[in-house]
Amino acid sequence: MSPARLFQPDGRALSRAGAFLLMAPFFLLIGFAFLYPLFSLLSISVTEPQVGLQNYERILDNPVYGKVLLRTLWIALMVAVLSLFLAFPVAMAMVSSGGAMAVFITACVLLPFWSSVLVRTAAWAVLLQRNGIINDALQAIGLIEAPMRLLYTQGAVVVAMTHVLMPFMVLPIYGALRNIPADYGRAAAICGAGPLRRFREVTLPLAMPGVLGGFILVFLTALGYFITPALLGSPQEMMIATLISQQLREFLDWPFAAALVGVLTLFVTAITLLFSRVFRFDRMLGGQL
Amino acid sequence: MTRRPDPGRLLLMAYVYLVLIFVLAPIVVILPMAFSVPDYLTFPPEGFTLDWFGAFFGNARWMKASVFSLKIAVLTALVTVVVGTMATYALMRGAGWLGSLFQGLLITPIVVPHIALAVALYLFFQRTGLSGTVAGYVMAHAIIAMPFVVFTVAAALSSVDATLEDAAMSCGASRFDAFRLVTLPLILPNVLSGALFAFILSFDEPVISFFLAGIRDKTLPRMMFDNIEQNLTPVIPAIAVLLTGVSIFVLVSAAILRRMAQSRKMPAQDG
Repeated sequence: MSPARLFQPDGRALSRAGAFLLMAPFFLLIGFAFLYPLFSLLSISVTEPQVGLQNYERILDNPVYGKVLLRTLWIALMVAVLSLFLAFPVAMAMVSSGGAMAVFITACVLLPFWSSVLVRTAAWAVLLQRNGIINDALQAIGLIEAPMRLLYTQGAVVVAMTHVLMPFMVLPIYGALRNIPADYGRAAAICGAGPLRRFREVTLPLAMPGVLGGFILVFLTALGYFITPALLGSPQEMMIATLISQQLREFLDWPFAAALVGVLTLFVTAITLLFSRVFRFDRMLGGQL
Repeated sequence: MTRRPDPGRLLLMAYVYLVLIFVLAPIVVILPMAFSVPDYLTFPPEGFTLDWFGAFFGNARWMKASVFSLKIAVLTALVTVVVGTMATYALMRGAGWLGSLFQGLLITPIVVPHIALAVALYLFFQRTGLSGTVAGYVMAHAIIAMPFVVFTVAAALSSVDATLEDAAMSCGASRFDAFRLVTLPLILPNVLSGALFAFILSFDEPVISFFLAGIRDKTLPRMMFDNIEQNLTPVIPAIAVLLTGVSIFVLVSAAILRRMAQSRKMPAQDG
């Protein structure tokens, strides 16, 4: 995969046995607390109550579950699109402004990134509540007469998830934009291209890998999101993660919950493999400060 | 770049300011509520009190959860840094196909949704008696934090001159001594900043905390989740103030560590 470019081996090579011994604790950890548990969970989905795909058939047969899957896809897509429209100009401003301004914007984007997801979710609950600021403001300017129900709606989930996930979109786009030499824009300008045309024919195509990487990262993270839909969403409009939690904790239906995890995991893995070339994990994780 | 007022630029900056207001507003709104008198959340805050900090620090359940989370976060940072640095060192000194396997496995926990990991561990830990234990949480959090630590340490190792280590070994140092006395001091700032990230990731981690919580031992994020779901008292803003303080402290420390790393690297690159 792509991070190989970051990891250029150097220095006197280790013996194969030495390398294995140094990596052994990692392999043990990931095997014991990740691969084996995930594998045994997925195997439950096809072996209990009896061997077969009946748990997966149940997802397809019952329209309620189909609706949950479609809603999850739809919400994740909206969150990704909204994040893109919010993040792209911010990334552009980060690249084009100098010094203190760039630091200020970066800090504004990153500070929430490192503040607790629960705190931010609670903040949205406060903003959106019946007697909250948003309802007060809408009433004050006369848009609505009585407080609206904003909390525990799909809109609340989309807005709060966009707020939480947007930084994941800013960073890869920023990484791509920063690598575009300023000469390209100047050359296009000399050739007579206006700002819009320069954006469309120079900046946008060169930023595409970052846009695609950020979009898919936000989309996939949103698909499996649990905390925000669980706290701000309506129980009648569940997403897949809240459905999994309900099947597990309320109905104790392990095999069915396992099948839902299976669907989610397979879908996410397939998309990741499909787009593996646009994922620069080092850029997404390493460049966070 | 010219400094003439460019309408496109002004429009862009106006839009960016609006986005930044969207990003900061929820946090700016919730923090002052920590000092508000009523026992529900209102804006603007009414009166001034420090009672909600008292309600947090004076409550045995909040304190127990905080200590439990702190313990898990410190151990997670320790385990992740030791295991991660060992593996990254092997990777950066040419591990062949093992290195490819390592990188593939490293990335899978980023790809697989946290809910899937949480549910898988919920089942497995119930069977093995690890549910709700410190060891269980540390293993789960170490897996989530590992990529962050590995990327940070790998970046440091790739910028440190490996011939220094070769020289030490040519002079008779064992590989372990060469690493301990030459390479480790050079990459230490990055190792420490990796540890800080692992600490924050673990301390803040809500999804696995939600599923693995035992009846007795709850982590701080799980206690916060229950509070937000049930009655949402101003204890949450009070915790938000404390957590924001911790985040700023960690970010500033990490930035200082990086600066230190850069200033140390300079002579090696010149010489």
